[in-house]
Amino acid sequence: MEKNILEHGLNFNRRRFLSKLSLGLGSVALGSLLIPDLFTGSFEEAGLPPGIPDFAPKAKRVIYLFQNGAPSQLESFDYKPKLREMMGQELPASIRAGQRLTGMTANQSSFPLVGSYYDFKQYGESRAWISDLFPHTAKVVDDICIIRSMFTEAINHDPALTFFQTGAQQGNRPSMGAWLSYGLGSENKNLPAFTVLLSRGKGNGQGVYSKLWTNGFLDSTHQGVQFSSGEDPVLYLKDPEGLNRFERRKMLDKLAELNEMSYQEFGDPEINAKVQQYEMAYRMQTAVPEITDLSKEPDDIIKLYGPDCLVPGTFAANCLLARKLSENGVRFVQLYHQGWDQHGNLPNEMAGQAKDVDQASAALITDLKQRGLLDETLVIWGGEFGRTNYSQGAMTKDNYGRDHHPRCFSIWMAGGGIKPGIVYGESDEFGYNIVKDPVHVNDFHATVLHQLGLNHEKLTFKHLGRRYRLTDVAGKVINDIIV
Amino acid sequence: MYRRLFYLLLTFFAIVYIIQACNSSSSNQVAEEQLPDSISYNFNVRPILSDKCFICHGPDANKRQADLRLDIAEEAYKALKENPSAHALVPFKPNASEVFLRISTKDTAYMMPPKSSNLKLTANEISIIEKWIKQGAKYEKHWAFTPPKAPQMPKVKDAKWVKNEIDYFVLDKLEHKGVVPNPEADKERLLKRASLDITGLPPSIEMMDKFLADSSGNAYEKVVESLLSSPAYGERMALHWLDVARYADSHGYQDDNYRSQWPWRDWVIHAFNENMPYNQFVTWQLAGDLMPNASKEQLLATGFNRNHKITEEGGVIDEEYRVEYVTDRTNTFGKAIIGVTLECAHCHDHKYDPFSQKEYYQVFAFFNNVKEVGIESVVGGPETYAKKPLMEISNADVKEILKFVNKQDTNKLIVSVMGDQDTVRKTYLLKRGVYDAHGEVVEAGTPKSLLSFSDKYPKNRLGLTQWLFDKKNPLTSRVFVNQVWQEFFGRGIVKTSGDFGMQGELPSHPELLDWLAVDFMNHGWNIKRLVRQIALSATYRQSAVVSPEKLKTDPDNILLARAPRYRIPAELVRDVVLSSSGLLVNTIGGPSVKPYQPPGLWEGATSGRGLLATYRQDHNESLYRRGMYTFIKRTVPPPVMGIFDASNRDQCEVKRLKTNTPLQALAMMNDPTVLEASRVLADKLLQDKGTSEARISKAFRRIVCRKPKDKEIKLLASYYADQLKVFKQKSNAEKVLAVGEYPLSQKTNKTELAAMMEVIAAIYNLEETITKS
Repeated sequence: MEKNILEHGLNFNRRRFLSKLSLGLGSVALGSLLIPDLFTGSFEEAGLPPGIPDFAPKAKRVIYLFQNGAPSQLESFDYKPKLREMMGQELPASIRAGQRLTGMTANQSSFPLVGSYYDFKQYGESRAWISDLFPHTAKVVDDICIIRSMFTEAINHDPALTFFQTGAQQGNRPSMGAWLSYGLGSENKNLPAFTVLLSRGKGNGQGVYSKLWTNGFLDSTHQGVQFSSGEDPVLYLKDPEGLNRFERRKMLDKLAELNEMSYQEFGDPEINAKVQQYEMAYRMQTAVPEITDLSKEPDDIIKLYGPDCLVPGTFAANCLLARKLSENGVRFVQLYHQGWDQHGNLPNEMAGQAKDVDQASAALITDLKQRGLLDETLVIWGGEFGRTNYSQGAMTKDNYGRDHHPRCFSIWMAGGGIKPGIVYGESDEFGYNIVKDPVHVNDFHATVLHQLGLNHEKLTFKHLGRRYRLTDVAGKVINDIIV
Repeated sequence: MYRRLFYLLLTFFAIVYIIQACNSSSSNQVAEEQLPDSISYNFNVRPILSDKCFICHGPDANKRQADLRLDIAEEAYKALKENPSAHALVPFKPNASEVFLRISTKDTAYMMPPKSSNLKLTANEISIIEKWIKQGAKYEKHWAFTPPKAPQMPKVKDAKWVKNEIDYFVLDKLEHKGVVPNPEADKERLLKRASLDITGLPPSIEMMDKFLADSSGNAYEKVVESLLSSPAYGERMALHWLDVARYADSHGYQDDNYRSQWPWRDWVIHAFNENMPYNQFVTWQLAGDLMPNASKEQLLATGFNRNHKITEEGGVIDEEYRVEYVTDRTNTFGKAIIGVTLECAHCHDHKYDPFSQKEYYQVFAFFNNVKEVGIESVVGGPETYAKKPLMEISNADVKEILKFVNKQDTNKLIVSVMGDQDTVRKTYLLKRGVYDAHGEVVEAGTPKSLLSFSDKYPKNRLGLTQWLFDKKNPLTSRVFVNQVWQEFFGRGIVKTSGDFGMQGELPSHPELLDWLAVDFMNHGWNIKRLVRQIALSATYRQSAVVSPEKLKTDPDNILLARAPRYRIPAELVRDVVLSSSGLLVNTIGGPSVKPYQPPGLWEGATSGRGLLATYRQDHNESLYRRGMYTFIKRTVPPPVMGIFDASNRDQCEVKRLKTNTPLQALAMMNDPTVLEASRVLADKLLQDKGTSEARISKAFRRIVCRKPKDKEIKLLASYYADQLKVFKQKSNAEKVLAVGEYPLSQKTNKTELAAMMEVIAAIYNLEETITKS
């Protein structure tokens, strides 16, 4: 065994170690924890990221349940009885205060306030208000931290989504997951550090795009790898029909022999690196289907997540898969659930969307908790902006729509050293402006990185002459929500 | 025990890595760091100041601390504003210079850079600054901002090695370092290399045989000439330009519907094949519409500046997006054509290079006059496939003028092109880069520090191209020559091919770069001539073998004492597979095609609107076109291309990363494209008479482009024998053969076919197959 490890080590060395390896920089991070002085001041020179933990990380992994299209905060987590009282009345100009409008409501002559079609109740010890659309989330309210004072700068989906995922509205910057992969590496040598899972509800949808899980200017080993709970969980993972593992192994052995001849001739370490990548691919072929196979989950788990979790490609199936991937050491599992863009027909569409995600989101929290994993796993739930307190288009007693609203909206976070059972931040009685503890997208990123032991100002990558950060040039850690 | 050992090993690797990384961190230091006898501001000092000091003591007036700037000599020599008795720099006297005192102090309150900056100088950097001050603290203008002058040809000892001018510069440096270049590569390797670099296709067996048999002194020259005259040359050269021009087949953003911009791509291929001089090539693309009596071809060329993403998201704010498009053009111009990070001055003065924010918006003004809107239409029918201004290409145009446009039907065809409005749109400096935060009004202009904008030039895009191709422009020629060099050597003479500024890397061979740049201008910006020069140099012809010594002293091959060895670009991986199997359909141009793709990719990530909500795979010939014709839907680019590091065409890219990942291995093993090619080639070979060794040898030659060694043939033949047995036993050949739409010949024995297919698939998966060596 020891001999094997040593040989493996020498191979590493010969290939200039980390440059291309899946283990990524995480292993170096680990090394640095053992002898902290080793790296002081020398990351730049060593070409390593300076984001090595300055403090003990609280979270090791992230699961981000992104609600794509922007769910309304006013029908979920931000209770505003005033809007019901003032139903149909005009939004006071003093409240709007020059907020720009999207092209969809810019020509609307009036802005009638509209209250939530759904009732709210208080839950748990925190007594937080949650709407009737989220009964399961209500049950785990004492495990989550609701932030009601998020704001962003973008007002349209593409830039807002890109901002949340990459820290910039435009441009090919690395995604959050890529930054984490770069900063911390993978915990599992058979799995990528950053994986992506997609699902879609029946509500009005907005697309997602691979730019959201791009490595940007980082090495492509940090790119998000799209997983699915279907037939072929990773692209090209499945061996072709008629070929078994034994035959694949044989082919790899032949290849290794032939490649070795080539190495003898050229002496190029990349040749050995290639052989190693084929070996990892081979291991992934076994490891990934084992993890993505949900059919062997026990009944109580199926019950917890709901029957949808056995239908590949649903949000519920993806939540369960996310738990398994995370449990197996994937640093960042990014889910997207599409269909939250309720410009019209909100009461009806939002009910469907909430039904898609409520049970499974709560189940994920419960499941992680019962496995003792919630403490080290940060779970995030939310969209790219909020929705207006006035109706877009015609409004009736039981039907209305809401336009995009970047100035104030709600998300929740749980686990990973985030204070459970609290509500942070406050909006005005119109649910339009923040009156207490605003949280900018940059602050959100800084806080997430902090929980993983990374200083957002130090996790930099120099590209075309500039040191880039996930938080660009701003961001502060929100200490009040941290345990 | 296992665990402890694991941690120990990790620590060990970490140390090893750091040691190695230190050896190669600064790309121009090949061996261990030693202070040079004479310290050069440009090469030794400025990189340190720029990286660690200019952020607070540089060109950005708003962020400048203590009113001190260190990027200009007179400013740095002055008495300090905060302490007039002291000076930042006192030539010859480090101990009287605040700069040195503060970087060398142990007192953290006094130390520079301050702790809060997270920046730190190394001991070596401090010594360089000290020695520089001792030698007089002399400043020099940034090398890339002074016009190139043709240097003298260096004298070399081993003149026999030299094939052309390039080699004098390379050999001169090698001889100084006491390194001997590699011998010439063997003929087969050389042919594969040149063929892939010049045409993007592997050589055929006929080409290999002919070249091997040609014992004349200029056999290689003849081959290069024939490659250069192949129409595939234009395709190969276009590949890089399509990245530069962020060409794609969809509008990008949210809904990401179809756009019909491909006739512009056909023009690029045509222009390279016609060997259009670079100055004309760029002038047409930037300003073809403004040329006197602009032709349809000149107008089509301007599609370059309309390849950027265009939103179709209902409800966006029009001006926000219009400004975004102008910004994209400005940034692309900066990065692609003059190789500077102009975009850094979008929100504030540039922090490192002498470009003010105002100058950014002066360049912006050239591109700000287009008759366009931020959002013209949401997802719709054919009328939305190009946005105004646009041109229509009729079948008559294709017959008479635009013969190179591969239009295959009689449908209406529209392409987005440039066209200015009659009245000049006012350009404002945008505060913090925000689209509606108007600052002062600015006029079109270019950064003063590069070359002043002559009064003779019109203040429009046409004038801008005259400024570009003024021989005194320090960047245009250097930047392009460097990009071409990068495509042949995998690394530019300036490694940061998109950043020639203060933060960019210094050239590894500055005299060579300048010689090439001047030579290129003096010979009419002749691109084919430049390519020929590179391909015929002894430097390029070396073998790619790397000795342990060279690997140790120069792992990144900066000195060029060997040929580079690296995996070929994504599109070429596909080309090698299709071409060697005989499947390749070498039609040039036309609408992009949709080959095999795993199901559900487009469907899983769509808003559900538009032509591209579902992937409708093509059939027949369209399955076998070159990689560059694979349809690029920006939000879900073709998966194998992405796996092999192709650009997603979101923005201008001048250089691709080169990674090596397990996903690449999976794609090569399981992508139906590779499996089908293996089957088809096996089928073809089994119809020949001969032994299985002869067949395998032929497959090997077609795919790896050289004759296999005995050991290789033996190994593959035994693998074939084994597979024959396996398929006979399991009688599952049919299953394995059922891949791809290309029909199976009825003549061949299924068991033999499946076994041969496995052997060929293995050859496709060899490291050497998709490597230029």
